[in-house]
Amino acid sequence: MRPLLHVDDLKVSFPTRSGLVEAVRGVSFTLGRERLGIVGESGSGKSQTGRAIMGLTPPQARISAARLEFDGIDLLSAPPKLRRSLRGGRIAMVLQDPKYSLNPVMSIGRQIVETLRTHENVSRKVARERALDMLAAVQIRDPARVFDLYPHEVSGGMGQRAMIAMMLVAGPELLIADEPTSALDVTVQLEVLSILDRLVADRGMGLVFVSHDLRLVSSFCDRVLVMYAGKVVEEIAASELGNARHPYTRGLLNCMPTLGTNRHPLPVLDRQPEWRL
Amino acid sequence: MTIDSMSPALSVKNLSVVYGGYHALDQLSVDITPGEAFGLVGESGSGKSTLLRAVAGLAPVTSGSIRLQGETLKPGRRERTYYSRVQMVFQDPFGSLHPRQTIDRQLLEPLAIHGVGDGERRILRALDEVGLGAGFRFRYPHQLSGGQRQRVAIARALILEPTILLLDEPTSALDASVQAEVLNLLEQVRRDRRLTFVMVTHDLGVVTHMCERIAVLQHGRMVELVAANDLVAGRITTEYTRQLMRASEGFVRASGLAA
Ligand SMILES: Nc1ncnc2c1ncn2[C@@H]1O[C@H](COP(=O)(O)OP(=O)(O)OP(=O)(O)O)[C@@H](O)[C@H]1O
Ligand SMILES: Nc1ncnc2c1ncn2[C@@H]1O[C@H](COP(=O)(O)OP(=O)(O)OP(=O)(O)O)[C@@H](O)[C@H]1O
Ligand SMILES: [Mg+2]
Ligand SMILES: [Mg+2]
Repeated sequence: MRPLLHVDDLKVSFPTRSGLVEAVRGVSFTLGRERLGIVGESGSGKSQTGRAIMGLTPPQARISAARLEFDGIDLLSAPPKLRRSLRGGRIAMVLQDPKYSLNPVMSIGRQIVETLRTHENVSRKVARERALDMLAAVQIRDPARVFDLYPHEVSGGMGQRAMIAMMLVAGPELLIADEPTSALDVTVQLEVLSILDRLVADRGMGLVFVSHDLRLVSSFCDRVLVMYAGKVVEEIAASELGNARHPYTRGLLNCMPTLGTNRHPLPVLDRQPEWRL
Repeated sequence: MTIDSMSPALSVKNLSVVYGGYHALDQLSVDITPGEAFGLVGESGSGKSTLLRAVAGLAPVTSGSIRLQGETLKPGRRERTYYSRVQMVFQDPFGSLHPRQTIDRQLLEPLAIHGVGDGERRILRALDEVGLGAGFRFRYPHQLSGGQRQRVAIARALILEPTILLLDEPTSALDASVQAEVLNLLEQVRRDRRLTFVMVTHDLGVVTHMCERIAVLQHGRMVELVAANDLVAGRITTEYTRQLMRASEGFVRASGLAA
């Protein structure tokens, strides 16, 4: 099957007062209708990679790629109007800081309704029902109450699920989920993952799943990219994560506290300059 | 102000926080011993952040009482001296950092307010402790990654050397390697300064690693209070805690959907 997304030699950098920060230094991958996990060190460029695909790179940044293409559309040369219409419609992104990415002065429910009505021609009443259904689907206990709450009135995990509901309501073909379940308790987390799983399996959605949770990535994704200092240092089948070769990935697996192990202090990584490629 | 070393570090009695008829916390009581690391886990929306925010004077207490080192806290804004004893790391670091101030300024401010000198050296040490080099010092919050912001928030909470630290998901935005470094740092300062922790996390591995006792919350109530080693051994009594233990093993694809 033809890949949905091509990313070839993507670079993102920021001029700052203390010099150029190279956030993404040549990332390449393709994505089909599958679950692609991205793990990697804090600050390694995972979010900036997702934002570049979504067209949310800050204006002061420099961005380039040999190819950045979604379903035959060259994203970097696409007119702003086309990019806007893709965003939230065919391509959606669950941002890492959901409560601060939501509009603070609009109720949760209204934001979901507006997103839906931007991309689909439905009546207010139908949109409201679909928004309530979507909130219930992401395991919000009391959708009617939460519909009318503002972002500062919901818990961390509720804000995260509101953002997921907003991003799924228009039925995207590509979903970039940046730490989408980091604020959810483990039972709700699994429910939300099974929704995403069904969208990939039944509707053929492509999913980029950025997460720090190795246990989750290895049990949920098909393939995993491991990022370090702006580059992909390893690509591996998710089920093989336990046999990773790169010393960063191996180190990661070793320093997680797990139930029943008693290691004080936890082992830490001895980062080597050559890992920076 | 009297600090009674025999009383609990923190004592919460019949605490309720009600928002327009909705009980975010429903008659919750708990005592936390000085020097203890106490964990809070539970359902999303069950009131974990509300409990920490109420202790920090940031959530409206409907009824019940909060005592800190023997002293009953009056409702509303806390006095300035309170924050040299109690510091909080918020669940959303973006929201707790000032968007238009450099990291340097945000670390300097608490020191200035509390008349602590030696700012330069303390700031560099605080950044170094959370694995951020001096190169981050003059950046703004939006110029950092999610995990870097979280580490700034932790650095800011530690810089005043409080005696009680309220930690709301302090490492959920960090990769396992940085998480290990931050957890080791927290354990070390706790040992060195006999700090008391109250820590919210969704990660049962993290909570049993860090904490001696763990409260499981659901619907604004404590449904189980368990010692970490009992949780590890599966000596638990409620069905909800059992569900959490099962779910923490990872994702299981529903049959028929396997790729
Ligand atoms: N506006 C900006 N100006 C300067 N540097 C920036 C800016 N935005 C991001 N960066 C830097 O780019 C790098 C990559 O950031 P990114 O947010 O992609 O990291 P990440 O892999 O998502 O990390 P985390 O896991 O902590 O969220 C970081 O080192 C960050 O400090
Ligand atoms: N200002 C407010 N107005 C109305 N409801 C509120 C307000 N603040 C909190 N709540 C409600 O209180 C409940 C508990 O929220 P809290 O943030 O304590 O949950 P939590 O256990 O921290 O969840 P999470 O794990 O998702 O962060 C939620 O249902 C939330 O909607
Ligand atoms: Mg990120
Ligand atoms: Mg919370």
